[in-house]
Amino acid sequence: MRLYALAVYLFLYIPIAVIALFAFNAGRHASQFEGFSTQWFGKALSNPFVMEAFRTSLTVALASAVLATLCGTMAALALQSVGGRLRAAFDALIYVAVMVPGIVIGIATLIALVTVFNWLNPVLAALWPLGAAAPQFSLGYGSLILAHGLFSMALVIIIVRARIAGMDRSLIEASADLGATPWGTFRQVTLPQIFPGILAGFLLSFTFSFDDFIIAFFVAGSKTTLPIYVFSSIRRGVTPEINAIGTMVLAVSLVLLITAQGLLQRGRRRA
Amino acid sequence: METPQTQPIAELRDASKHYGAVVAAEGLNLAIQRGEFLSFLGPSGCGKTTALRMLAGFETPTRGDVLLDGQRVNDLPPHRRPVNMVFQHYALFPHMTVADNIAYGLRQRRPRPPEAEVAAAVERALERVRLPGYGPRRIWEMSGGQQQRVALARALINQPKILLLDEPMAALDKNLRRDMQIELQTLQRSLGITFVLVTHDQEEALSMSDRICIMRGGRIVQVGSPRDLYDRPVNRYVADFVGKSNFFDGRVSRVGGGAGALTAAGGITFAGPVSCTRGVTEGAAATASLRPEDIALRRRLAPAAGETGVPVQVRTRIFLGEHTEYLVAHPDLGDFLILASRQAEAAEGSFGPGDTGFAAWRDGAARILDND
Ligand SMILES: Nc1ncnc2c1ncn2[C@@H]1O[C@H](COP(=O)(O)OP(=O)(O)OP(=O)(O)O)[C@@H](O)[C@H]1O
Ligand SMILES: [Mg+2]
Repeated sequence: MRLYALAVYLFLYIPIAVIALFAFNAGRHASQFEGFSTQWFGKALSNPFVMEAFRTSLTVALASAVLATLCGTMAALALQSVGGRLRAAFDALIYVAVMVPGIVIGIATLIALVTVFNWLNPVLAALWPLGAAAPQFSLGYGSLILAHGLFSMALVIIIVRARIAGMDRSLIEASADLGATPWGTFRQVTLPQIFPGILAGFLLSFTFSFDDFIIAFFVAGSKTTLPIYVFSSIRRGVTPEINAIGTMVLAVSLVLLITAQGLLQRGRRRA
Repeated sequence: METPQTQPIAELRDASKHYGAVVAAEGLNLAIQRGEFLSFLGPSGCGKTTALRMLAGFETPTRGDVLLDGQRVNDLPPHRRPVNMVFQHYALFPHMTVADNIAYGLRQRRPRPPEAEVAAAVERALERVRLPGYGPRRIWEMSGGQQQRVALARALINQPKILLLDEPMAALDKNLRRDMQIELQTLQRSLGITFVLVTHDQEEALSMSDRICIMRGGRIVQVGSPRDLYDRPVNRYVADFVGKSNFFDGRVSRVGGGAGALTAAGGITFAGPVSCTRGVTEGAAATASLRPEDIALRRRLAPAAGETGVPVQVRTRIFLGEHTEYLVAHPDLGDFLILASRQAEAAEGSFGPGDTGFAAWRDGAARILDND
């Protein structure tokens, strides 16, 4: 049994370790270690295509995480006062949203957006006062942010709901009892109590968007995110530069995930 | 027209609270007097917390009214009521320091008082609950007893008209509870604020309150001073809840002029005042309550006038210091308790398990009660 577990872990982590190891390879071959060097990190960071993809990924991740956190937190708070069947239905839908495969979300979002754009663009063109210069909706930042934001929102709702459920109701009553208005209670008691959950939701949303390839691949249009860049350059062969990019993405994701986990756990201990 | 001094500070008028089919409180009528220490006493689930929460504003009565200072406040939300509450598990804000917890009530006022004033008030409040210098601490760095005093200071900072306390001592160990009871009582006397306490600990209610409101199944059974309840319980339930008592079921054999007699098993009669709430007639089933300290344990039956005596056998003897408690058995009456004072012990000598003797009580010492 233990041997089996060991094999599983090795199988899971050896490829990742190899990627990280070869990122520090002095030679240019992905299969032969020729000494330690950090040159590929430098190369990656000075490659304008990499940097462009990085900026795109960062923008999309930040914007979608903000969107998901705001909407998700508000939804979680609102769901408190929804009861019975309706609540059960909402809960089920939220879990479904998290479990639907990325490829389905990707295709569905693509089809939905294209349909909407096809309908909106002629309307917009007809209404535009200056004639020819009418702007066109197309796939790009907007569709990436929307698709990622929608998916992450479900994550945020689940995390924040758990946090609200774990909160002592009598704190809210104590605040009201001491003269705080409902808004005052929200600002001074509820929000600080659920804040670790909100922050953790934000970090997870950011990580999800930053790493996502499948959904982005469908809705990115002409934009290239970092995972899409990596995917397209792999077709020209794996270079240590790709390893370096992968290692950096891994490092950022791990830091964010561990921070989020820490926040959630600390919250649980205090509550 | 009532003068402000005699008008109750709070009133429940036929107040009921139903949760769907669950009746949490039913037809509560109670006037809480200015400056008194009133306790709600009753077993778990009898509606004590519900009554308190209607006063605080967390529950709106399904029927009836809640009045504060003569004003109907049914629809006034908790944050606009001049009452404050100490919660059962204190409900201190874990993300704030002790000082910020205590200052919370002041900081909700509009206009907001200057910080220097708030700080001074917090310092005074900490001194009042004997926690000077604890302001910068975090909540989880305080012991249970200290947390309770922080909760008390926080609830008192706005000088409420009524302080509501929901089993504030339940989480404390016995010694600490004793200290806190004394401290609470002292605080109440010195501040002159009306305290309303919820408890299911009869000793706590008896030792602290000016008046006790005994509840059962969502209804008020009896309201009165501890002495009233002890000396004049309206039924077996109250007599059982307030102090120890022996109960002997039987039938009323004589009644008239507020007094009567009850004949129990073996034809033994108990005479005394009748305090049945229902109209009582001869032959009705009732119970006689006889306090253990009203029974004497004798070696010989001295047939004094106006006394009833029965032969008993001692089962156990428990030495309680000032008193000795005997559990004795009688073939018809069953087991009952006798509390002998030190003087009585000295006069009669002490009895050991298995010894026989006579239990004697003055006619009129018993009370004839409803047997529910
Ligand atoms: N929100 C609620 N919904 C349904 N039933 C309730 C609710 N709150 C209280 N009850 C019921 O009302 C009754 C009285 O409850 P309450 O909390 O007032 O009892 P209590 O006397 O304070 O008991 P305890 O000593 O256990 O705290 C109980 O039977 C309880 O189950
Ligand atoms: Mg209660």
